[in-house]
Amino acid sequence: MIATSHQRRENRNFYLWISPWIFGFLVFQVGPMLFSLYLSFMHWSPFGSSQWVGFGQYIRMLHDPLFWKSLKVTGYFTVLNVPLSMIAGLAVALLLQREVRGLRFFRTIYFLPRALTGVGVAYLWVYIFSPNFGLLDHLLSYVGVHGPAWLYSRTWVIPAFVLMDIWSAGGGMVIWLGALQDVPKTLYEAASLDGATSWSQFWRITLPMISPVLLFNLVMGVIHSFEVFSNVYVMTAGGPGTSSLFYVLYLFKEAFPGFHFGYASALAWTLFLIILAFTLLIFRTSRTWVYYETEVEGRR
Amino acid sequence: MIQSTRQTQPGHRNTVSPLRSLLHKLRAAVTYVLLILGALGIIVPVLWTASVAIKSRAQLAQYPPRLLNFPMHWENFITGWNAAPFTHYFFNSVEVTFLAVLGTTVSSFIVAYGFARFRGYGRNVLFIMLLATMMVPPQVTMIPTFMLMRFLHWVNTFYPLWVPGCFATSGFNVFLLRQFLTGIPRELEEAALMEGASPLHILSRIILPLSLPGLAAVAILSFVWNWTNFMGPLIYLNTPSKWTLPLGLMNFQQQFTPLPNKMMAVSLLITLPIVVVFFVGQKYFMKGIHLGRSLQ
Repeated sequence: MIATSHQRRENRNFYLWISPWIFGFLVFQVGPMLFSLYLSFMHWSPFGSSQWVGFGQYIRMLHDPLFWKSLKVTGYFTVLNVPLSMIAGLAVALLLQREVRGLRFFRTIYFLPRALTGVGVAYLWVYIFSPNFGLLDHLLSYVGVHGPAWLYSRTWVIPAFVLMDIWSAGGGMVIWLGALQDVPKTLYEAASLDGATSWSQFWRITLPMISPVLLFNLVMGVIHSFEVFSNVYVMTAGGPGTSSLFYVLYLFKEAFPGFHFGYASALAWTLFLIILAFTLLIFRTSRTWVYYETEVEGRR
Repeated sequence: MIQSTRQTQPGHRNTVSPLRSLLHKLRAAVTYVLLILGALGIIVPVLWTASVAIKSRAQLAQYPPRLLNFPMHWENFITGWNAAPFTHYFFNSVEVTFLAVLGTTVSSFIVAYGFARFRGYGRNVLFIMLLATMMVPPQVTMIPTFMLMRFLHWVNTFYPLWVPGCFATSGFNVFLLRQFLTGIPRELEEAALMEGASPLHILSRIILPLSLPGLAAVAILSFVWNWTNFMGPLIYLNTPSKWTLPLGLMNFQQQFTPLPNKMMAVSLLITLPIVVVFFVGQKYFMKGIHLGRSLQ
């Protein structure tokens, strides 16, 4: 194909405009990624005597109880957090979807926790979870429950972090609301003329129609749960014992006070592969449960 | 709506309508009760911790704790803030955040414009690669980036915290802005070009004003992210004079083990700018993030 002068101009403009990203992509993304892959096969020492160890770091991982512990902690958190947060976000969106008075007010309130992030907010939660004087145990005492010590309890520390995430899960309704608005109203009208209850309308119309957004939220939720770091770092530092040793926290400790760059890189690449595997798995199975409008149009 | 008018026709009125409308009202009532309960669940923890900030030492020790004690000790906000060099940390945070937001927004816009307007070879492949980087955990690039920064003698400076952002490294921001820019009809530009407007003129007079809501959304997201950025400063900023607010706060807690009232007061003050930006800018991201169609 002979490039016309128009095409040549388009090419030149295109690459000129995106050149900042190409530089950033190479220097801050692809380059470091490949280098960390290389590091993961090294025993890297800050004092010079680095050596190639092949799969040594990965084999070491298999025998490292803390690696398995951190995987278990993160997996447990993900299994609890992802479905509960998604249900909370969708529930808020379904409630707000009806014509309610004060929609703007509720929407602002429910989205507020998404803005309330950072170390400052983490410390607010430390106080809410604190035994006896904390809000949570105080409220539980009204119903005669002696609350657990939350962040000081091996059993309750992970549920505490889940609770914290659910507090801000209502903010997810923004994306759900957009999806709900896209469902054609005529579908509901036709269904209610046929006498379908709102319960069955939800399962047979709403859920299939918003399933692409469900897929998106599922993937993002899993990624987000695997990357939990700063809240845990300041709130429990992995404790009590290792009961909240999240994966990224363990990785970070290996890298930054530890300077075990080889091992930490192997941990990082394993994390990447886990996330990749989950994403691919979710996308693979999605063919059976995600409904795309275009499919039907295509069949006509 | 069609249904409810049908139900009120004479003949049906006495049998169906009262039950229907009762159910309708009940449903509305349940909706409101649930919404209010949820809102309380969000607000009460914030108010509770805010109330802790204005208690005195004696009031803190009171058991069972109460939401409000009198007199209120507003001075905790000042004494807490001055108990550590938070003013200094504040200006560090402002500097880093300002540079990062500016660099991120401008570079994301430039790159998004390239992707939206020019059909260069490999555009789709490159765009998919840009989106794919969103999936790479930052920990994968963390260590080599650190080594690069050390090689550049940038450790213990602010550069590592804002320079990478100037190269549109956040795929999500570019994605958001590209969505916005593709929504602007190309005819608009072509018409202006016909009338002899220069490309720069078109960009500044047509494209930029039309993409302001998108730019605002990116700027807000980037502000929140950089203001609360914790891992970056933790890796790169070693000396206390360079600390940003999140690091300063953590150190305040660990070194001085302050009373909860001071700790809560400072935590709230640090979070306040995000809340302000959120209220000012919420109309942009409430509408801006509409994924529905773009996912298909």
